[in-house]
Amino acid sequence: MTSIKEQHEKMIEEVLEVYPAAAKADRAKHLGTSDSSCTSSCITSNRKSQPGVMTARGCAYAGSKGVVFGPIKDMIHVSHGPVGCGQYSRAGRRNYYTGKTGVNTFGTMNFTSDFQEKDIVFGGDKKLAILMDELETLFPLSKGISIQSECPVGLIGDDIEAVAKETQAKTGKVVVPVRCEGFRGVSQSLGHHIANDAVRDKIIDNREQEVFEGTPYDVALIGDYNIGGDAWSTRLLLEEIGLRVISQWSGDGTLSEMELNSKAKLNLVHCYRSVNYIARHMEEKYQIPWMEFNFFGPTKIAASLTEIASKFDATIQEKAKQVIAGYEAQWAAVVAKYKPRLQGKKVMLYVGGLRPRHVIGAYEDLGMEVVGTGYEFGHNDDYDRTQPDVKDATLIYDDVTGYEFEEFVKKIQPDLIGSGVKEKYIFQKMGIPFRQMHSWDYSGPYHGYDGFDIFARDMDMTLNNPCWDKMTAPWLVEKDELKKTA
Amino acid sequence: MAIRQCAIYGKGGIGKSTTTQNLVAALAEQKQKVMIIGCDPKADSTRLILHTKMQNTIMEMAAEAGTVEDIELEDVLLTGYGDVKCVESGGPEPGVGCAGRGVITAINFLEEEGAYEEDLDFVFYDVLGDVVCGGFAMPIRENKAQEIYIVCSGEMMAMYAANNISKGICKYAKSGSVRLAGLICNSRNTAREDELIMELASQLGTQMIHFVPRDNIVQRAEIRRMTVIEYDPTCQQADEYRMLAKKIMDNKMFVIPTPITMDDLEDLLMNFGLMDEEDEAIIGKTAAELADEAAAAAAA
Repeated sequence: MTSIKEQHEKMIEEVLEVYPAAAKADRAKHLGTSDSSCTSSCITSNRKSQPGVMTARGCAYAGSKGVVFGPIKDMIHVSHGPVGCGQYSRAGRRNYYTGKTGVNTFGTMNFTSDFQEKDIVFGGDKKLAILMDELETLFPLSKGISIQSECPVGLIGDDIEAVAKETQAKTGKVVVPVRCEGFRGVSQSLGHHIANDAVRDKIIDNREQEVFEGTPYDVALIGDYNIGGDAWSTRLLLEEIGLRVISQWSGDGTLSEMELNSKAKLNLVHCYRSVNYIARHMEEKYQIPWMEFNFFGPTKIAASLTEIASKFDATIQEKAKQVIAGYEAQWAAVVAKYKPRLQGKKVMLYVGGLRPRHVIGAYEDLGMEVVGTGYEFGHNDDYDRTQPDVKDATLIYDDVTGYEFEEFVKKIQPDLIGSGVKEKYIFQKMGIPFRQMHSWDYSGPYHGYDGFDIFARDMDMTLNNPCWDKMTAPWLVEKDELKKTA
Repeated sequence: MAIRQCAIYGKGGIGKSTTTQNLVAALAEQKQKVMIIGCDPKADSTRLILHTKMQNTIMEMAAEAGTVEDIELEDVLLTGYGDVKCVESGGPEPGVGCAGRGVITAINFLEEEGAYEEDLDFVFYDVLGDVVCGGFAMPIRENKAQEIYIVCSGEMMAMYAANNISKGICKYAKSGSVRLAGLICNSRNTAREDELIMELASQLGTQMIHFVPRDNIVQRAEIRRMTVIEYDPTCQQADEYRMLAKKIMDNKMFVIPTPITMDDLEDLLMNFGLMDEEDEAIIGKTAAELADEAAAAAAA
């Protein structure tokens, strides 16, 4: 009998058969199986998608405005360019926040310079300057503005830096110009980097000279976008073990807390992909160490809490132990309830950021097995970090195309797929239970012990939904039954 | 008869707008119905016909009104000397926005608004310096100008530009009906200029359609915002533009150009004494170094 690895390799070869030679050669480098003896060289990533295929990737603007800047709640984020980019991405990521929208917070609103033909021809910076004044008049409680460049801005050379400087001088509030034109780079990933650089240049050191009454337990929670309230359930646990979160961004984040980040003793990184740049910068400039952690599922939560606590003194370490023990009954009940219903089920994932590796532990806590996973816009270091979390011979796919994903699913026949909204309805129509794992399918939070409860419930109600037994049309069912009785 | 659409290209400052307007005035004199479309943000392609400083441009009016859909054709299409129809695309100040997009928007507007009337004999596009981006190639795309005239002179950079523009024409000629129709030599009184341009034309596979001599009366007319045809119809220079007009009316030589290599162009310039034989020994040496070498050679 052939090994799973060989079977997978054969399957990849068959799936690639339909491509022209050049596309086939390229795509082959992005597909493979996990192998603990081999590092990042196994999978090629962060390359341009092949023309003609269906990709789930976004653009640099999506990475900056949609991911990093968008959730900062008390700043106004202006989509500079035609109206569509901002309008069709508005409030889609479910970055929860507290506050009065339109008064002191602006997360779900769309601000745009709404380019017309004349703005392209004559330049849009004059209009942008007017917009800046209007924002100050209409929303005086905003703490700052970011200018998010859409594609045309990079072509016509609008001097957004000059407008930002002028506005900041006038209002005294931070104005951040971001050159995140959509055509830059191969995916949203470059947008994260550009946004991180903008945060570095215009925000992170604003309050470094201020006197701050710190404690040895001050930490920053960065790269958690508070999707469905994730950052809140994360923050609760951090506080329970005795840490003080002095800065949390960008999910439910404020400009002021971002500016305080430089006072933290440790940076806790949730989404490594989108904020590792700024974490490294702060490590270099302020000697703030950083670490990734994973709050999906009790096993990973316990491991992460223990590791976080190990960076602090015995009081914190002791509290972490107590907290881990204190939640045991809660999560054990969840496992006892759902594991029998989910045991042995196979899952395939295809998402972005950190989730292709971070959610694996939560599935495993419920007795499920992740048999395939991949990143939309990961880099080599993401695949390196994935290796310890997957079993050997797990199918790995980078920037998987719509066609490849469908074919893999047909051949592997997983019990559940976790991916995005573009994939959702295709797989549901194929009769396969599906969870939208970008925005938690309108659910969440999934972080922390409380989140695990919701996660388990959601997986169960999706997988064990009676609708999957009704995949045959009623008239065809009757025929079958008639045949039986005949 | 179908409208003959012609585009005038050439190095910046070579005299495209002046030549175009004098030529168009001569055509109008011959009872030809002509429209000039200025495709340059400077908007100086119609001033000699209209006796104005600068007419209202399409993009300027559109910016004032809100969008290009908000303006009417009669707001921007003016009639000047000899019933010549005049329109300017307009565009941004130097250093901002996108002038190329302005040209695209303006030409689309003219098409949609029916500016290309059936009874027109000629449309002339007067296009900014060089084909720097897609916008400035708009006039030579499908269903627009089929004839390209390049204004040049016997100066090296003017010829270099003519060759470059020919390359641009090739790209569109292969997929469409645009053709190079000739070089117009706008004389700068350089040595053997006519022979040189004729030689360049033949190497490009085209003709020097006319040699327009240099005459200060053109400048005198320009100061009065007039063409020489209107200012002094009896002068010698007016006849030169009439000759050019006649040749263009009768022109049948439309070719896909054969641009030449940089080496060929340099050879041509050397043959005509515009450029010295390349001396490898002097490349990258300062005047002081060369002087030292000369002194050393003299001492030895």
